[in-house]
Amino acid sequence: MSIKTDHVLDAKGLACPMPIVKTKKAMKEVMPGQVIEVQATDKGSLADIQAWAKSSGHQYLGSTEEGEVLKHYLRKSGDAEAKEDKNFPHTVQNEEIIQKLDAGEDVVILDVREPAEYTFGHIPGAVSIPLGELEDRMDEISKDKEIYVVCRTGSRSDLASKQMEEKGFKNIKNVVQGMVEWSGPLEKNQ
Amino acid sequence: MKLITAKEAAEKVLSKEPLFILDVRNQDAFGDWKIEGFHIEHLNVPYFDLIEGVEEIVDKIPKDKDLLVVCAKQGSSEMVAEMLDEAGFEDVLVLQGGMRAWSEYLKPVKIGDLSNGGSIYQFVRVGKGCLSYFIESDGEALIVDSSRSVDSYIGFAKEKNITIKHVVDTHLHADHISGGRLLREKTEAVYHLPPKDAEEVQFAYEPLEEGKDLQVGGATVRVQSIYSPGHTIGSTSLIVDDKYLLTGDTLFVESIGRPDLAGKAGDWADNLRNTLYNTYEQLNDELIVLPAHFSNTSELGDNGAVQAKLGDLFEKNDGLNMDEETFRKAVSENLPPQPNAYQEIRQTNMGKISPEANEQSEMEIGPNRCAIHG
Repeated sequence: MSIKTDHVLDAKGLACPMPIVKTKKAMKEVMPGQVIEVQATDKGSLADIQAWAKSSGHQYLGSTEEGEVLKHYLRKSGDAEAKEDKNFPHTVQNEEIIQKLDAGEDVVILDVREPAEYTFGHIPGAVSIPLGELEDRMDEISKDKEIYVVCRTGSRSDLASKQMEEKGFKNIKNVVQGMVEWSGPLEKNQ
Repeated sequence: MKLITAKEAAEKVLSKEPLFILDVRNQDAFGDWKIEGFHIEHLNVPYFDLIEGVEEIVDKIPKDKDLLVVCAKQGSSEMVAEMLDEAGFEDVLVLQGGMRAWSEYLKPVKIGDLSNGGSIYQFVRVGKGCLSYFIESDGEALIVDSSRSVDSYIGFAKEKNITIKHVVDTHLHADHISGGRLLREKTEAVYHLPPKDAEEVQFAYEPLEEGKDLQVGGATVRVQSIYSPGHTIGSTSLIVDDKYLLTGDTLFVESIGRPDLAGKAGDWADNLRNTLYNTYEQLNDELIVLPAHFSNTSELGDNGAVQAKLGDLFEKNDGLNMDEETFRKAVSENLPPQPNAYQEIRQTNMGKISPEANEQSEMEIGPNRCAIHG
């Protein structure tokens, strides 16, 4: 499985504490919101990277194991999540989406998080287009249907909803609680 | 900065010297398991919070005590110790091999002499709370409940010019990987297992059965097997030289065994009750109980060994002084969490999976959690 990330850090063959020391350094060099992949062979890095992410406030997305190599995915926290003054006015709560899914309605869910976030858990059937690529890829989405835009907390999807409205989409709703509070079914690409 | 071995660290802990331990593992690992003992003070700050510097902790470390920095394997504690050194701390100690080495270190303690010559030693696995036994007479030895680090026994035997003839597991272990098969490979010892615990094992073994005594050193020492189910269905105790009762995980000094590590608590609670309250009750009160575990360093006596008279345990051990109803509740409700990776450890001990040495040591990390405290 290959997950698209902004930066790949090779910490293979390095013993503790080096994988975390290098991760910390790499994290300083990427932009807020970007995702890095840390490759390590030290098994202890699995628990430590989660603990470090928690203490440093970055978002730990998940890890995969391929043979001897552990791949950890982290997203840098930062200002990008700060809410803008004027929010997109059309919103729905998570609960409403769950009801529609339960009822078997044909809804389009657009997930604008980074591919790595999507990989480690998304609403079944959601389409993945990261916010950064949305402008170029908007023609992949049908303008006729009702579209629910989701991200982790409702901030990136707020920006995405505004962008789409400007491009002529009429029937858009921002899912305001987002995946961080999602209690409905989850699908993983693993 | 100075590296000290797990052996040297154990000597410090057991000698009850005041010691300040800076544990730089993550908080979960520390919460799960740490170096414990008398007069030990801990500070847990993960190494990744100290990468930029140690300023925030220097005021929290006393300068009048020995300072030992520990981590999982050694690397992170060395990094932190170097920084402390630069910050003006003198003689900072670092645990060589980290908590992994601590978990594996075995300390031999002599328990006593046997009637026709020979002696019995307890190998205390200080970091993990496991106890194993080395019974020797006339140039031959029998090892009971061997740990995975078998070189400790082999080196000990070589020093005393003794041949290891038998290795016995009192039951199929769920908290640590048995050294039984490894010892058999390296020394050609015969490996004995209780057949009822060995139904699924993937290798040949000698059945350990009541009525079939083992001999060490010609016929100078008799090792009698007593079927004592409860912790597991096959659990078997050993009476050595009519003087020592090796109880495995059935009876400890301050607690009793738990009957649920094979997922059958309800079924085995009655067996455990019967073993403790009938089978053991009928044995000689003067027998010295030698268990396969201890939970607290308070169980270590002045010589660093764990032992107690059976008669004293019938007076003082809560697990031997409960009515049936209380007992049933104690062994089936609110049990402590199960040992780390206990299913995988059981599979390994049955020969169903064969993890590499590194993985085995990861599996064994953490407390043993085999006991129920009344």
